[in-house]
Amino acid sequence: MSKTSRTLVTMPASAKKGDIVDIRIIVQHDMESGFRHTETGQRVPRDIIRDFRCTYNGVEVFRVELHPGMGANPMIIFTTVATESGTLEFNWSGDNGYASSTSSQLAVT
Amino acid sequence: MTMKRRTFVLSAGAASGLTSLNALATVADGTQAVDKILGNKKAAVGRVTLVIPPLVENGNLVTMKVSVASPMTPTDYVQAIHIVAEGNPLPNVVSFYLSPRAGRAVITTRIRLGDSQRVRAIAQMSDGSFWQGDAQTLVTLAACTEV
Repeated sequence: MSKTSRTLVTMPASAKKGDIVDIRIIVQHDMESGFRHTETGQRVPRDIIRDFRCTYNGVEVFRVELHPGMGANPMIIFTTVATESGTLEFNWSGDNGYASSTSSQLAVT
Repeated sequence: MTMKRRTFVLSAGAASGLTSLNALATVADGTQAVDKILGNKKAAVGRVTLVIPPLVENGNLVTMKVSVASPMTPTDYVQAIHIVAEGNPLPNVVSFYLSPRAGRAVITTRIRLGDSQRVRAIAQMSDGSFWQGDAQTLVTLAACTEV
């Protein structure tokens, strides 16, 4: 069964050509590390987001490989150069069929 | 409130007993993880700046900022940045893969720290060279100890 969750992307709606744009992403996820135990001593199985990709008009510009060492509700702030007006797509995927995606428009002048 | 407190006390007790089962990685594991990233190359010290608060109250959510001095042009850019925490159960924390279209090699994120330790950031440049930077932190309440 595939799972999904809330995502939040903060970035400017428009930018000048050649400007460096700050992109801030947060996704709701517990990032269960697989190193914790319940009160009865049973190990809680790992359930994390493994992969994040950002594509800009279909071209991959940024990718992240996540491990259990990432904090819950992974937040990443990264940058990209505003080259042309278009769509930035954000995709997360992880354990147990987890997949989330969202997109933002960027108008380049 | 009392329930919360009780759960906390219970879990703290359980956790202290379990840390021995769930041995943290050693510096050797961290070195191994670094060697895997580097292949048979060596990482020079410099160009990479890793900012982590020197004193961390809660290891579950530690804000860190890594920046690499690079012009980020199509011929000279940062290909990847790896974060290695040698005191965590799994030394590999996160890997970022960049392209010249990033414009700047500066990334902020939040990680978990299992112990007071030295965290390393290793940057792989487009010319195949590796550079590294590190930050020493003191963690008061480690991650992975709560249930």
